[in-house]
Amino acid sequence: MVTTKILEIDMGKEMGKQGVSPLHRLLELDPAERERLSQEFGQELHEDLMTVNMGPQHPSTHGVLRIVLTLDGELIVDAEPVIGYLHRGKEKMAETLRFFQYIPHTDRLDYLAPQINNVAFCQTVEKAAGLEVPPRAQAIRVILMELMRIMGHLIYVGTTPLDIGAASMFFFAFREREDLYDIVDSITGQRMNNSYIRIGGVGNEIPDATVKAITEFVDGFPAKVDNFEKLLTGNKIWWDRNRDIGVLTADEAIGLSLTGPILRGCGIEHDVRKLAPYSGYENYDFDIPVGEVGDCFDRYLVRMEELRQSARIISQAIRNLPKGDIYAEDRRFVLPPKEKVFSSMEELIYQFEVVANMKVPRGEVYSAVEATKGELGFYLVSDDGPRAHRLHVRSPSLLNIQALKTLARGRYISDLVAIIGSLDFVMGECDR
Amino acid sequence: MTTAFLIATIIKVLVLFHMVPIMVSLLTLAERKVSAWIQFRYGPNRVGPWGLFQPIADGLKFFFKEELVPEGANPFLFRIAPALAAGPAMMTVAVIPFTFPILIDGQPFSMAIADINIGVLFFIAMSGLGVYGILLGGWGSNNKWSLLGGLRASAQMISYELSMMMSVITVVMLTGTMNLGEIFSFQGEHTWILFFFPVGTIAFVIFLIAAFAETNRLPFDLAECETELVGGFHTEYSSMKFALFFMGEYSAMFTMSCLLATFFLGGPTFFGLIESIDSLWLRALIGFLVFAAKVGLFLFFYIWVRWTLPRFRWDQLMHLGWKILLPISILNLMATGILIATGVLS
Repeated sequence: MVTTKILEIDMGKEMGKQGVSPLHRLLELDPAERERLSQEFGQELHEDLMTVNMGPQHPSTHGVLRIVLTLDGELIVDAEPVIGYLHRGKEKMAETLRFFQYIPHTDRLDYLAPQINNVAFCQTVEKAAGLEVPPRAQAIRVILMELMRIMGHLIYVGTTPLDIGAASMFFFAFREREDLYDIVDSITGQRMNNSYIRIGGVGNEIPDATVKAITEFVDGFPAKVDNFEKLLTGNKIWWDRNRDIGVLTADEAIGLSLTGPILRGCGIEHDVRKLAPYSGYENYDFDIPVGEVGDCFDRYLVRMEELRQSARIISQAIRNLPKGDIYAEDRRFVLPPKEKVFSSMEELIYQFEVVANMKVPRGEVYSAVEATKGELGFYLVSDDGPRAHRLHVRSPSLLNIQALKTLARGRYISDLVAIIGSLDFVMGECDR
Repeated sequence: MTTAFLIATIIKVLVLFHMVPIMVSLLTLAERKVSAWIQFRYGPNRVGPWGLFQPIADGLKFFFKEELVPEGANPFLFRIAPALAAGPAMMTVAVIPFTFPILIDGQPFSMAIADINIGVLFFIAMSGLGVYGILLGGWGSNNKWSLLGGLRASAQMISYELSMMMSVITVVMLTGTMNLGEIFSFQGEHTWILFFFPVGTIAFVIFLIAAFAETNRLPFDLAECETELVGGFHTEYSSMKFALFFMGEYSAMFTMSCLLATFFLGGPTFFGLIESIDSLWLRALIGFLVFAAKVGLFLFFYIWVRWTLPRFRWDQLMHLGWKILLPISILNLMATGILIATGVLS
């Protein structure tokens, strides 16, 4: 934080009117501090700085992030992110809700790609319970997760150019997203916050018509990504606004515990899907794109390539969809089929036991998935009961925001907008 | 001056001046329709056939909104700024000849509101005034985002005005007059300034780029820049004051398109075809349609660019203005002088 002294100058009085809000004040820099900062930024700073609140209601802070900017003209001397405006106590809620009741709450973390959160949570419970998920359910999970990855990255493709001024990209991206909504709707019955993944399996079968729709979508999708790239990648203005802006070295990125496209943009091949495969990712053939410089442009390129790779994974999964059950056959944790509950006494008892008295063995487990923003992990302490004793979410968005201050210092307000876009965080997941 | 001449002048002034607000309202509709077309949407289609009455609904809405003057704002500057933004932009239209002159009472009757021989100077003066509205609006709002927007606007408009004026002087040198009516009749006799290769073409490109910056349109809309500066200079404005800023922007867009058509595309001329029509009234009518088509072309180009390109950063914009456009336009001016002096162009 930059130390400053508040001056008794207000712009309103100077202009002949009193009663100015305390927000409108100028800050005087300490001379020694000014010397130090001038050297750091390589340009002479003025004596007076200005604080500006960027957010929580600002068009390009992607939700309710607030950044307290200390400005010298357009130059950002300091940027202090303030989080917590969307805190709903999701981790604490896990201690009072049964495991299956908590699944819909995970949707509300990264609400742009909800199924990945579902999988991450269910996988953690399955790991604690020692459940094996049947291959068909695993493949369906992979299909949904990759559809969600495309949805999450399409938000990036839409909103970041919108922040930088290319408003039409927003509509182009959302047009593709609308097709995905239809597909996801036909599988899960909901457009958003689908809660389709269950502990030990998935909610229901994929309809045949949807299999066809998904195949059509992934076949046509790479050409659409090419179209996005035609509008942006070769565009001189887009290049100028992103190249060499927000540069992170690999060491810095690791030091800030960044993961996902940001770390890959710095040139490190880190992907949970490859390093610790889950849900059968080892069976699919896909590449991990990496950047070279670690700037906003590299992150953009990495995400564009990931869109193509996701389509590739889906098309492999949908063509080789295994036959079989979509639920694990373990009556301690998985509900029996509905028709059996209505006809068999034992199954009815199992149903009751699972709902009211599921016993996840005592222990501590951590399980992570590669979410759209980075490594999304759930750390679960279970207490031989139907609820978590304690649940912690390792949310990539929170960690991505950590990088904001480092990247914003010494840059301009316009760059900050590009940096916020390229860090691609969701406040629902950050604040939880 | 006869009575018929006087009446004709009054009618001309009324018609031509009211064309600006009407064009502005049509432009807001066109902007929404074209952007919808680019973005696979329908655009406004509820109010009237094809959404044609949408601008009226918008205008009414603006009239009924509450007018707010924020605490700590400078009341005088805050109130005068929208007028300063809209006024000069609309006044530029006075010198634009919309078509060929006709004869009233045996006298030639120009189709510009003010057929003055310093038309180009008048346009330069008026477009120089345009920056004050935005600058004072940004300063007077007592809002930091507005202040940043106002400062950006003043820096941007001043730097692009220079290269724009240089390219206009190229036109003046080529045509040898500052009267806009004579500028287009010169182009009717010779050829459009656009085809005076290379100097006329370069001047055209520079004027086109600078016109984007002068009218604060994307990719140069740094003063407004809603995703960075919330709303830029008009963050605190509501009601008709806000609408006046918009009218200023759109009327500047309209007059800039008219000037582009007059300076570089020969105004109402079309390769000598229209001048060959004998009836003066018919010639004026067809000339007006040709002029309208050329203006429409530029207006569409404006909207098209806005919904396609990202936005510059302000230092990149300054770099483009001072280090690229200005040297090119000065060199272009010198080249024009040399070409005229050596008799290559005359």
